[in-house]
Amino acid sequence: MSSSVPTTISSQAAANRLLLRRKRAERRFQLYGILAISAAVGFLVVFLASIVSRGYMGFVQTEVRLTINFEQELVEAGSYRKILRTSLAELFPEAGSSRAERRALAGLVSAGTVFVLRETVEADPAIAGTVRDVWVLASDPVDQFHKGRIDASLPEEERPISDASLARIAALEQDGRIALRFNRSFFSRGDSRNPEEAGILGAIVGSALALVVTLVVSFPIGVMTAVYLEAFAPRNRITRLIEININNLAAVPSIVFGLLGLAVFLNVFGLPRSAPISGGLVLSLMTLPTIIISSRAAIRAVPPSFAEAAIGLGASRVQAIFHHVLPVAAPGTLTGAIIGMAQALGETAPLLMMGMVAFVVEVPGGFTDPSTVLPAQVYLWADSPERGFAEKTAAAIIVLLGFLLVMNGLAVYLRRKFEKQW
Amino acid sequence: MVNAGTASSPQPKLVAREVSVFYGEKQAVFDVDLDIMPREVTAFIGPSGCGKSTLLRCFNRMNDLIENCRITGSMLLDGGDIAGSDVDVVQLRTRIGMVFQKPNPFPKSVYDNVAYGPRLHGVAPTRSELDELVETSLRRAGIWDEVKDRIDQPGTSLSGGQQQRLCIARAIAIRPDVLLMDEPCSALDPIATATIEELIDELKSEYTIIIVTHNMQQAARVSQRTAFLNLGRLIEFDETQKIFTNPSEPSTQDYITGRFG
Repeated sequence: MSSSVPTTISSQAAANRLLLRRKRAERRFQLYGILAISAAVGFLVVFLASIVSRGYMGFVQTEVRLTINFEQELVEAGSYRKILRTSLAELFPEAGSSRAERRALAGLVSAGTVFVLRETVEADPAIAGTVRDVWVLASDPVDQFHKGRIDASLPEEERPISDASLARIAALEQDGRIALRFNRSFFSRGDSRNPEEAGILGAIVGSALALVVTLVVSFPIGVMTAVYLEAFAPRNRITRLIEININNLAAVPSIVFGLLGLAVFLNVFGLPRSAPISGGLVLSLMTLPTIIISSRAAIRAVPPSFAEAAIGLGASRVQAIFHHVLPVAAPGTLTGAIIGMAQALGETAPLLMMGMVAFVVEVPGGFTDPSTVLPAQVYLWADSPERGFAEKTAAAIIVLLGFLLVMNGLAVYLRRKFEKQW
Repeated sequence: MVNAGTASSPQPKLVAREVSVFYGEKQAVFDVDLDIMPREVTAFIGPSGCGKSTLLRCFNRMNDLIENCRITGSMLLDGGDIAGSDVDVVQLRTRIGMVFQKPNPFPKSVYDNVAYGPRLHGVAPTRSELDELVETSLRRAGIWDEVKDRIDQPGTSLSGGQQQRLCIARAIAIRPDVLLMDEPCSALDPIATATIEELIDELKSEYTIIIVTHNMQQAARVSQRTAFLNLGRLIEFDETQKIFTNPSEPSTQDYITGRFG
């Protein structure tokens, strides 16, 4: 008995040591977890901050208030260029009428100003013969300078804006003729060579049209495939092969789908290049595995007792599935479809092959019109040398992220809403 | 094998002759001969895996859903074949309803649960007829008073015992002749079980009922005839009273006295 006392004590101490070590290990593990999360959150914050800090300037644009004399005969002759030139010359009388000076003056405002003036008159013919103040877009260098992105202290030859122009901008500022305004045309125009005129509507519409094609093609096919594989297909070698290949399909690099689309949709079927219909078809190939896999999981998660009960009441297997299994599986299926759509929205590589990474000015009006998509637009703008495109790129990324956020939010909402039913 | 359908004069409702069931290579039920009498409760008892549920599911062809499942022998409902491959199983299942082990109401309202079968088969074409049929079925299942105020609430919001009675109401809404019950009380507490047992006793005035149960006291309480199965074979089939007091087979004796199973 006496010998057992020390052993108990020593084993007690050992147990305490073990306990301490275990507690320490647990704390250490938690610390690792916190570190991992902070790293992830940190990256996210840096990413968002960088995008937003650049991008918010893309939503505003420097505009100049010009006093335009819409002379009757010039309007009738359609010489809006001359109208603009005269107005600018009146604003800066000190500038000579030499060609270079005239060009320098015209360079203060966007190259599209002439068309804006024409549209203004066309929208309201009563303007002809009057003098009006019109806000027009500033040119890219003026815009960038006004936003503080050009350093005026640099020597003249190293900045894209001349001393004379700087003086004129200062004069405009003094007159209150220059202001940062919300860039409505960013959301109402297609792409442009001039950053101040470039808009994202063409890419938004292109993406929307392509996604409509993707949804219409891949959702029914995906869901029916899932239903068949889960509920009807015999378990044999062929269905197992199909299952494995569907899962593999989800891992195929997207550029390969692009090549396939190029070979099949464009070359064999002769679908139009750069069009939402062909882009959407390629994206639906990519989305199919996502929809099939998530729908199958959703269908499998439905208790078999529902179908059994329906069949016991004399329902056919198809009725049991459509009346009881699919409604319960709907949130999972929809979530899968939306996630697949979100993936498709962010996809660029396969569209590269379909010619959808293209400079398209017109906002597409249909499924066969040439168009581009949001991520392709981001890529195109990021590739452009003009400074104004940098902030347009960031703004386009914000728009793209906004759409993705909305779609994922929708997925969460649908899941919550429908899951409550049982 | 003993088959005692001797004393009863009426025609049997269901007849099984040399019924064998195979799952792939494995045989689950061996040459069962059975006569189920109308408007009686017949209980299938036996240890787990003895094939009683499999046999029960043969009567409304639920085994068709299981791949590799093969049934041989002949089965008749009121003299008409129900085992052949040309039998319309939808028609069959409207005549032979089923209640499952776990209460499985659809994730729909109480009303829609009961109305599903009638709607499926166009039994009650107008809204008022359907309303009436739903009410009658719920009344017959003894649950009307409990659910009449929440007929539009999901059937899954009821308690377990209520759910099971809802499932019974759902099964009788298509006016079957036969009700198959596969351990209908195994997921319920004793009070809910007693309610269901009372209900079964009432229902037997209109329906032929076959109940599979693990609970020998339950078989003794609710059934008029009992079939004892073991290892896929029908060991003994007789009046319940006789099975539980004076079984002919020693293995029946062993099972009901709790020596195995």
